[in-house]
Amino acid sequence: MALFKKKEKKKGNRKVTVPENLWIKCDNCREIIYRREVERNLKVCPKCNYHFRITVDERISSLIDEGTFEEFDADLESVDILGFVDTKKYTDRLAEAKRKSKRNEAVVTGRGKINGMDVVIAVFDFAFLGGSMGCVVGEKVTRAIEEATRREVPLIIVSASGGARMQEGTLSLMQMAKTSAAMKRFHDAGLPYISILTDPTTGGVAASFAMQGDVIISEPGALIGFAGPRVIEQTIMQKLPEGFQRAEFLLEKGMVDMIVPRTEMKETVSKLLGYMYRGEKKRASGKNG
Amino acid sequence: MVGQYLEFERPIVELENRLEELRRRSEVEEGDFSKEIEKLEKKIETIKREVYGNLNRWQITQLARHPDRPYTLDYVKMIFSDFIEIHGDRLFRDDPSIVAGFGEIEGRKVVLVGQQKGRTTKDKLYRNFGMPHPEGYRKALRAMKLAEKFSLPVLTFVDTPGAYPGIGAEERGQAEAIARNIMEMAGLKTPIVVAIIGEGGSGGALALGVGDRILMMEYAIYSVISPEGCASILWKDAGKGETAAEIMKISARDLEKFGIVDVVVEEPEGGAHRNPEAAAENLKREILSALDELEGMKIEEIVNKRYEKYRKIGEFKGGGK
Repeated sequence: MALFKKKEKKKGNRKVTVPENLWIKCDNCREIIYRREVERNLKVCPKCNYHFRITVDERISSLIDEGTFEEFDADLESVDILGFVDTKKYTDRLAEAKRKSKRNEAVVTGRGKINGMDVVIAVFDFAFLGGSMGCVVGEKVTRAIEEATRREVPLIIVSASGGARMQEGTLSLMQMAKTSAAMKRFHDAGLPYISILTDPTTGGVAASFAMQGDVIISEPGALIGFAGPRVIEQTIMQKLPEGFQRAEFLLEKGMVDMIVPRTEMKETVSKLLGYMYRGEKKRASGKNG
Repeated sequence: MVGQYLEFERPIVELENRLEELRRRSEVEEGDFSKEIEKLEKKIETIKREVYGNLNRWQITQLARHPDRPYTLDYVKMIFSDFIEIHGDRLFRDDPSIVAGFGEIEGRKVVLVGQQKGRTTKDKLYRNFGMPHPEGYRKALRAMKLAEKFSLPVLTFVDTPGAYPGIGAEERGQAEAIARNIMEMAGLKTPIVVAIIGEGGSGGALALGVGDRILMMEYAIYSVISPEGCASILWKDAGKGETAAEIMKISARDLEKFGIVDVVVEEPEGGAHRNPEAAAENLKREILSALDELEGMKIEEIVNKRYEKYRKIGEFKGGGK
């Protein structure tokens, strides 16, 4: 849990960092690829199908019908409850993350439509302190779940997180319980939740709502697990096999339902919801009659 | 002083050894030692109050992990008049790092679930140092569902460094098992009393830790990550656990202030291992009082209040709430 610091370091060589250039090199296959083509392809390498990490805005526009997204609770801001200082002050880390992302926190929540169907969606921003969950992330996710329950609409959460946020101590841990309690009510209301796991989803986020989906979808190659690979390697004192904790491994072990490339994600989610959700009115009449 | 002692207890131990020496001499030698003995006893009292009255969070962490500290089954022995253990998750295997079963306290029947650490080397390995695999959490949930079915309250004892971070645990869905327990406990239609008796290690603790009343032993800890884990991430130095324990504020008193813990259960001077019976007596009293409070309530009300309890945990600004 709370492994975002480690992950943060990795981020640098994963991002598409050369937007001015016409050509970029894929981080995975090392092929030189045409930047426009990669972008048209939702930042998936056309040669090897490698999924680059994408921004929250790119994620939302890849899933939600154009012009239909309305954000919830954008004004919620974290406070430094513990007076946490390590090599930097927590408040400075927050300020820096806010400045870079131009958002207040590591998750963006809101409502919108998927092929015309109303949904509530939450999207994690791994670039914001490793997508870690503190009180604000927990609160925003909980409010989004409650809003979906109230509106009787499907819920989509796109996770990318190192886990609970160390800088808010045990209060961060409790966000796992808070979100899960809301999720229990959502499920009890008979509503569908599709959990989309992206690279990476570990720790307290994996061990709460990310694994509570009716259907769990992963992007190809995403790292998914409870403990981070380094922690496991230190514990068992041996190197982990190639591909351990990757999406394909989890599919084989029965922990996710399917691996879906980003380019097909919206259509897959839309189709699934077609089976799982019949709309507010019909559901209500079903209940009464 | 008996058993193993911690570094910060050294001044006490030295004085106690001197006292013992003095007492031995007073038995075999001529002369009146009583004044000297009395003086030393007073001095020991003073220094004990000083040391144990001002424990920092790192010292508390050491007490929480003390090798002589009572574990789940020790408390069961001291608190329960009857206990029938059940085994297995019906899916993979029985995980000995979690014990579960039916038990009786003062005529009250409950389902108990708790992490179990080992005392001897062999036992430690058998219990996997109190670090459960997914099948342990699944056994725990099975027991809690039995409690719900038969309208018995659930009592959990939390004492784990964390969920086990290993290959098999990941393969069998550690994250899923924890996520499921947390969600199911949030909605379980029977009262849940949680007691953090030693180490509350992160998600692996919370997977037995969602409930209506959260009790915590005075010298237990409960944290989002171990102090050493936190230190090795922040300063790349696991040796800075002391600093990490301080800044993360992981003691029972801290968590009571944050509204995460409802009742801090007092421990005997120097920790539960100094007088396990007294610790068990205190714990038992608080368990019974929590069960009493919940007994009079309708189950819908209990589950709703449980929701509200977790709903309001968290501090932030903005959002009009």
